[in-house]
Amino acid sequence: MDKTQNNKAWFLVLPVLVLVAFSAVLPLMTVVNYSVQDTFGNNEFFWAGLDWFDEMLHSDRMWDALGKQALFSAIILAIEVPLGIFVALNMPKRGFWASFCLVVMALPLLIPFNVVGTIWQIFGRVDIGLLGHTLAALGIDYNYTSDALDAWATLIVMDVWHWTSLVALLAYAGLQSIPEAYYQAAKIDQASRWAVFRYIELPKMQGVLLIAVLLRFMDSFMIYTEPFVVTGGGPGNATTFLSIDLVKMAIGQFDLGPAAAFSLMYFLVILLISWVFYTVMTNLDKAEGK
Amino acid sequence: MAQITLKNLAHSYKPNASAESDFALKEMDHVWQDGGAYALLGSSGCGKSTLLNIISGLLRPSHGRVLFGDRDVTDAATAERNIAQVFQFPVVYDTMTVGDNLAFPLRNRGMDPAYIATRVQQIAQMIGMEDILKRKARGLTADAKQKISLGRGMVREDVNAILFDEPLTVIDPHMKFELRTQLKALHRAFGHTMIYVTHDQTEALTFADKVVVMYDGRVVQMGTPEELFDRPAHTFVGYFIGSPGMNFFDATVQGNRATVQGVELPLGASYAPPKGRVQIGIRPEFCVLAREGGLPFTLTRVEDVGRHRILRGTVAGQQVNVTLPEGVPVEADANRLLFAPEKINVYADDWRVQGEA
Repeated sequence: MDKTQNNKAWFLVLPVLVLVAFSAVLPLMTVVNYSVQDTFGNNEFFWAGLDWFDEMLHSDRMWDALGKQALFSAIILAIEVPLGIFVALNMPKRGFWASFCLVVMALPLLIPFNVVGTIWQIFGRVDIGLLGHTLAALGIDYNYTSDALDAWATLIVMDVWHWTSLVALLAYAGLQSIPEAYYQAAKIDQASRWAVFRYIELPKMQGVLLIAVLLRFMDSFMIYTEPFVVTGGGPGNATTFLSIDLVKMAIGQFDLGPAAAFSLMYFLVILLISWVFYTVMTNLDKAEGK
Repeated sequence: MAQITLKNLAHSYKPNASAESDFALKEMDHVWQDGGAYALLGSSGCGKSTLLNIISGLLRPSHGRVLFGDRDVTDAATAERNIAQVFQFPVVYDTMTVGDNLAFPLRNRGMDPAYIATRVQQIAQMIGMEDILKRKARGLTADAKQKISLGRGMVREDVNAILFDEPLTVIDPHMKFELRTQLKALHRAFGHTMIYVTHDQTEALTFADKVVVMYDGRVVQMGTPEELFDRPAHTFVGYFIGSPGMNFFDATVQGNRATVQGVELPLGASYAPPKGRVQIGIRPEFCVLAREGGLPFTLTRVEDVGRHRILRGTVAGQQVNVTLPEGVPVEADANRLLFAPEKINVYADDWRVQGEA
């Protein structure tokens, strides 16, 4: 083996390293720094070791917020993924209406998060909002500012409105990649509509659906802006999801240490789940190439 | 099983077709006999696949009717027609095992599981896949996948017809030969009507009892391989069948004489004066080079293809091919081209004119 050894090549990755260091590693390290110290302001810090981690692991408040977060993610995934697939299956495959649908579907994705929050905050108001007022006029007792269930329903419907498009567009891309011959062969083989979905469409969509689930999981698990704008975490603590609670703890109560400790654990949870997804996906690819 | 009749069938992909050029498939009447093995031959884009898809119901013809036996199935869905079709590129259900793939059409029809199991075994044996029935179809090679597609096409015993749309394109040459032989054997064993689309004439001629040649959306000739060789009904058939294809010369024909380039040639039959553009066609196999008589021939190239040699040359600037049998030497001063008179066909505007004895 006559391999050229030239370690100068490493210098070529230096710019990326610097960039990543400033954009990700250093900010993360400040959080690590906060998580092992205590402060009372004035930039004075006292060593606290793993005390904050220990405290947070036994904090009902944080476990409660995490539970709510997980429930929220589970509900919106359970709605958005099947709904997105359903929408994708019913979108026209080509022609003017296909382009039209694509544009309409992409619209919610283009709206900034806080604007989405504001739209629904107003939309749901009983006094002036179209949705809230209509529901009230229909005799339905709906008020997201006072009823926990209504607040949850509003947030879920908002998220579904905002993000189902993403799942639908990804699923649509997966469907478009299926050659016509598969559908023809299925007709020849006298397959039912369900069999076509189960054995042709679903397997071909598998890859993009995993990405869709991963993206939607990560995003919904870290959701902050929209519930903050719509409900501010209320009524009471009903919609105080993890990031909202962390911000309250860190900025509101100035408990930087515990908040940082929990942020790190939060980060690790997301990292872990994403890693599981990644492993599943690469294994699927391997099975494909076998 | 049934006889398949195409009645005044035509198809256009355009919504309001009026001009003849709008039609991918020109109006035709055609009958596929029950139990026949047909090859549908033609160059790419001549409407072969369109015709096949109309028979299987994947495409509804814009004009005319399709009949299975006495039943009009023009508007019947593919599933109702109970037809098998194998496509050019392999279609397998990735997440199923090889065995499930083969069983799929039977399961969809709600067949008895015991019957399905034995039938799948038979088919697997035929395509040489008994060993991997339990394996997932995902990740198999293209020819293995195509064999599964073929197997799935043949698994139903009660189909009205089996249609093959260039099924061996992706398969290895030696495997091609084997599968073709098996298809032929299968046809003998079960007597299904088979229609085999291809643009490979060897494939067509070895597979079929009857070859249907299509050109520009039209069936130009249906016949046995021998008929296509000896009496091509259209200049396209002459050119497309045979290797190399037929030689054509513009000519004037009077009685049993043809005149090409001012040279008078005898014909095997007598013709009423044909109308339009008149050509005579002669297969390279029936051309001979001599020292005198006939047409002046300029040799440009000799190709040795094993069993015989092909002489490429020109007559008055026009490409002409001559087949020289094995063992016959190429003579340098034999520069006149002679034809076997009874093998000459006469064409008027590309269609063959029948001569009188």
